[in-house]
Amino acid sequence: MSWFKRKDENITTDLSDRGKIPAGLWLKCDQCGEIIYQKEVAAFGMVCPKCSYHFPIPPQDRLEQLFNGNPYKFLFRDIQPDDPLGFSAAKSYRDQLKRQADRKKVDEAVVVVEGKLGKQHVIVAIMDFSFLGGSMGSVVGEKLTLAAETALEKKKALIIFSCSGGARMMEGALSLMQMAKVSAALARLDKARIPYVSVLTHPTTGGVTASFAMLGDMNIAEPGALVGFAGPRVIQQTIKADLPKGFQRSEFLLAHGMVDRVVPRNRLKDELITILSLLHG
Amino acid sequence: MSIYFLPFEKELAGIYNKLETALAFDKIDEANQLEDKINRLRENIYSNLDEWQVAQVARHPNRPYTIDYIEGLIEDFTELHGDRNFADDPAIVGGIGRFHGKTVCVIGHQKGHDTKEKIARNFGMPRPEGYRKALRLMKLAEKFSIPIITLVDTPGAYPGIDAEERGQAEAIARNLREMATLEVPVITVIIGEGGSGGALGIAVANRVLMLQYSIYSVISPEGCASILWKDAAKAEEAAKALKFTAGPLKEFGIVDEIIPEPVGGAHANPKEIIRTTGEYLHRQLEELNHLKIKELQEQRYRKFRQIGKIIKVEQNV
Repeated sequence: MSWFKRKDENITTDLSDRGKIPAGLWLKCDQCGEIIYQKEVAAFGMVCPKCSYHFPIPPQDRLEQLFNGNPYKFLFRDIQPDDPLGFSAAKSYRDQLKRQADRKKVDEAVVVVEGKLGKQHVIVAIMDFSFLGGSMGSVVGEKLTLAAETALEKKKALIIFSCSGGARMMEGALSLMQMAKVSAALARLDKARIPYVSVLTHPTTGGVTASFAMLGDMNIAEPGALVGFAGPRVIQQTIKADLPKGFQRSEFLLAHGMVDRVVPRNRLKDELITILSLLHG
Repeated sequence: MSIYFLPFEKELAGIYNKLETALAFDKIDEANQLEDKINRLRENIYSNLDEWQVAQVARHPNRPYTIDYIEGLIEDFTELHGDRNFADDPAIVGGIGRFHGKTVCVIGHQKGHDTKEKIARNFGMPRPEGYRKALRLMKLAEKFSIPIITLVDTPGAYPGIDAEERGQAEAIARNLREMATLEVPVITVIIGEGGSGGALGIAVANRVLMLQYSIYSVISPEGCASILWKDAAKAEEAAKALKFTAGPLKEFGIVDEIIPEPVGGAHANPKEIIRTTGEYLHRQLEELNHLKIKELQEQRYRKFRQIGKIIKVEQNV
């Protein structure tokens, strides 16, 4: 029961833009609330200059930061989602997919590219939270498996940037099985001693954390990223108590031995190049 | 053990009370008639369960659990404890024993039959040490060429502060990766509730079998309802949408075989379902025993590799 009611029905406020980065000149930091100059934030790779909050960024920005004008090639863009369950709940899955298609989202919830990072040839996968919360259904599972298989075949290092709410409900157990499928492909990469670096970005939870995101030879997290198995709300409801400060954030994971390093966005590319060059000798 | 009737078995409960009265007064004829009536009604009810009803049967408090199967099928079972790291998790039991004369490793989620055991077993919700114990036992089995049977029955991995601190996600993830390359046959049976990653964490197998009235799902119907409708009471609708019963899962290639349950569900005749499950397991193990290590690994890889539904389109660039 809310305190205020609309006097007239059918007046609705369009909330679709809520949470998106406004196109204006100024930006409000999600963390410290500071009003900051958009260009200044962008110059820092979408990191707040006051509190160093890392804004979520689209895969395109991530690609620009990594490859910086150097060439890269998109892979597996021919793989598109289906609706195997005919899933319809509050919304129909088919409609949700249609809306994404209208946004020209050809990469589904993960972009896979092949390119060169420093001197190393790499396969890079970047999850896209703006596509149904970056959730993993059959397409994400298939593309990541192909990414791992390609890395194995071409003996190139694999880097996956995770950003996901977990397995996609609307494809039921098929989504769940993608966890096993991708992990099995990573097992082959592991046996072949080809490097796999997992980069955890805000937020990464559920079945994505409980499969490939935690399986890197190195797990690297961006500062302040929420990374966990169960979402904080679920845990709170289960234990009926407040959660400790900083719970499930990158620094918490570092302290508990779950990640190797917490690396700010502006140093990420250099660190990845260093790590790969050290492994390859 | 008192008989527990599910909401849709209400009519059954009424007749059952009459039967008990009839038996108490030695009215044999009446008792026989009532028993027939119960059987017919039960057959009728169970011939057409919807998804939500199946979920309730899968979670039935009298349904046989992992230890019941172990006691019914495995000789000389020797339970092995602990992950050698932190603790022993009673929500997962495991050990070695003899099945049809050959040594097997059995690992499964364990719920509790009474309140005390339920709490001790954390309602079958493992913490990281449970998954790490499971992996330790699987590696032990691999070392001594012992086939592995896993029994799945969990609402999910435990969502708690301690579980997160000790790496619930990492524990499950590692099991997925390590199980993929095990050098011994692995067979999984979903005997009750297959709750998401918490189930899959011990279920990367060469064969996945599923009891007729079990469920295997990416999310609980309650969880799904509270996300999509912001209302856990819509679980019944979510159950329909999620298609988590054995039939659809077999069509998706996730489940290899469905084990039929007795009329009235596994809890109506635990002995029978345990015996049937034993027969299925025995046959499957015999088949897998013919495969070489490489073939076992390849078959397991292919089994999961082909799962998923995608559409291939003209290359988008």
